[in-house]
Amino acid sequence: MDFWFSLIQILNGVQYGLLLFLVASGLTLIFGIMGIINLAHGSFYMLGAYLAYWLAAKTGSLTMAVALSLPIAALVGYVIESLLVRTLYRRDHLDQVLLTYGLILIFNESQRMLWGSDVHGVQVPALLDWSIRLNETLSYPVYRLAVSGVCAVLAVGMWVVIQRTRFGMWVRAGASNREMVAALGIDVKLLFGVVFAAGAALAGLSGAIAAPMNSVYPGMGESVLIICFVVVVIGGVGSIKGAFLGALLIGLADTFGKVFVPDFASFTVYAVMAAVLLWKPRGLFA
Amino acid sequence: MTDRLPRPLALLLLALLAVLVLYPLFGPMLFPEKHTFLLQKLTGIMILAILAMSLDLLVGVAGLVSLGHAAFFGLGGYMLAILSPQYDAANIWVVLPLALLAVAGAAALVGFLSIRTSGIYFIMVTLAFGQMGFYLFNDTKLAGGSDGAYIMVKPAVEIAGYALVKLGSKQSFYYVVLGLFVGVYFFFRMLLASPFGRVVRAIGVNENRVRGLGFNPALYKLVAFTIGGTVAGLSGFLAATQYGFVNPSMLSWHHSGEALVMVILGGMGTLFGPVLGAFVFELARLGFESMTEHWLALMGAMVIAIVLLLPKGLAGLLLQVFGDPEPKAEEEE
Repeated sequence: MDFWFSLIQILNGVQYGLLLFLVASGLTLIFGIMGIINLAHGSFYMLGAYLAYWLAAKTGSLTMAVALSLPIAALVGYVIESLLVRTLYRRDHLDQVLLTYGLILIFNESQRMLWGSDVHGVQVPALLDWSIRLNETLSYPVYRLAVSGVCAVLAVGMWVVIQRTRFGMWVRAGASNREMVAALGIDVKLLFGVVFAAGAALAGLSGAIAAPMNSVYPGMGESVLIICFVVVVIGGVGSIKGAFLGALLIGLADTFGKVFVPDFASFTVYAVMAAVLLWKPRGLFA
Repeated sequence: MTDRLPRPLALLLLALLAVLVLYPLFGPMLFPEKHTFLLQKLTGIMILAILAMSLDLLVGVAGLVSLGHAAFFGLGGYMLAILSPQYDAANIWVVLPLALLAVAGAAALVGFLSIRTSGIYFIMVTLAFGQMGFYLFNDTKLAGGSDGAYIMVKPAVEIAGYALVKLGSKQSFYYVVLGLFVGVYFFFRMLLASPFGRVVRAIGVNENRVRGLGFNPALYKLVAFTIGGTVAGLSGFLAATQYGFVNPSMLSWHHSGEALVMVILGGMGTLFGPVLGAFVFELARLGFESMTEHWLALMGAMVIAIVLLLPKGLAGLLLQVFGDPEPKAEEEE
């Protein structure tokens, strides 16, 4: 394996990992703070991707479409939280799994009703639709670099919000002791609603910016959801740092798995997870 | 939990069982056009009821919420497809034990790795292992890849060359499945009444106390997980026999989710509840499918409504209606 080829794989792995982190961080925060297992989290990713596809066709600009899909995903997340998820805080995990499973069915069927069952490609915006030449045969698409850049900026932004603001302090406090936060007089309802909506928005945004690379198709939310579960479990449920390292680990494992053992590529990530859990049954940073 | 059911409820369940036993006799008169279809549908539902009971052992009894249970179901079916000769009938006395052994081995391995975790980790880990099984059959050339594989000839059930039953006959197969379905129910009842079952039930209630009494909960959970997985494998084996076809979606997490919905809908930890859950779920699907092509959305709405309105499932409702006069659930341990 020569240098440029390895570099491309590393870039791809990091880009995939950063994207996974945006989705998984919402999942892990929603569980850590609210104690909710949200199987429908992947549906927000799908929603974002389909909105990007649909709005890009309507408005003619992917940037516009991405900018619009973010608030829409946040709004849908907030509404679902306040109508349904809110009733589950004191219930068993099992009920949460079931209710959000029901939500997935509704999301998937709505997607089929609105946009049909076909696979759609999404055009990369002209500004980013070129490649950097690496040598005679290899080049790297700029759009992927841009996605990595956006994800990295958001990851840093999230870190600043969580570590350096009052709201972030509530979030961290909520993740370590929910009852205590409520006892201190913080509006937990609002906090939960905002966290859920923010998680939905991040997942939606990830879906929207990933759409030109992966195209949009039915069931896309679930494959992302399951990989994100793996990320969250590896990192330790509720840990943002864990989600970040777990996402990079899975991104690289998946990419290099496809290079070295193409027949068992889907396996590598689960093998990594099994290895981590044998070593630390509660993830790396729980 | 597995104490004697209230008498009226037991009678009701027996009456429902009698309907199933007698169905092939009155079916052709009541539904002349749809009889064969309904016979097959009921066979399929009973197979799923076996799956739901096996999951109830994990979820409802031992407190192990598995979201990857369909992997064992699918593996049971795939073992039949892999072990069957292409144009000849497989010998059931060979393929069934081998299939169950393989599933038991897989369940023991997955159980060993997942039982180290608990709560939400367990849910997610079993989900991930289930997907691993799905991709094993979906992405590799093993047994037809994502296209699935056919089982051309149904397994032969013979003793010394004499055919005991012909599984190809829809009615015989119906009774074979009915027999196994009732058998599995009583097997689980006996298992739960045994000393082993009592420990597993206690783990579902309070694992730390069980540990404090000097038992090793991990071992008991592992055995329960393996038994549940193996019985799921049996139901997958039956499903593959019925349809003569296996494909990766048998292992998919959608299928695990559906089995879980049946358990919860019926009322977990009651054994008869998940059976009712399987029937209601599948009949609802049948009804919704005939109403609209967007029946999945209706199923989703039904699942959500059940979570919100019937926290203890159908069994909870029935036990309340036919309830025992004095509540004794708390003193059970």
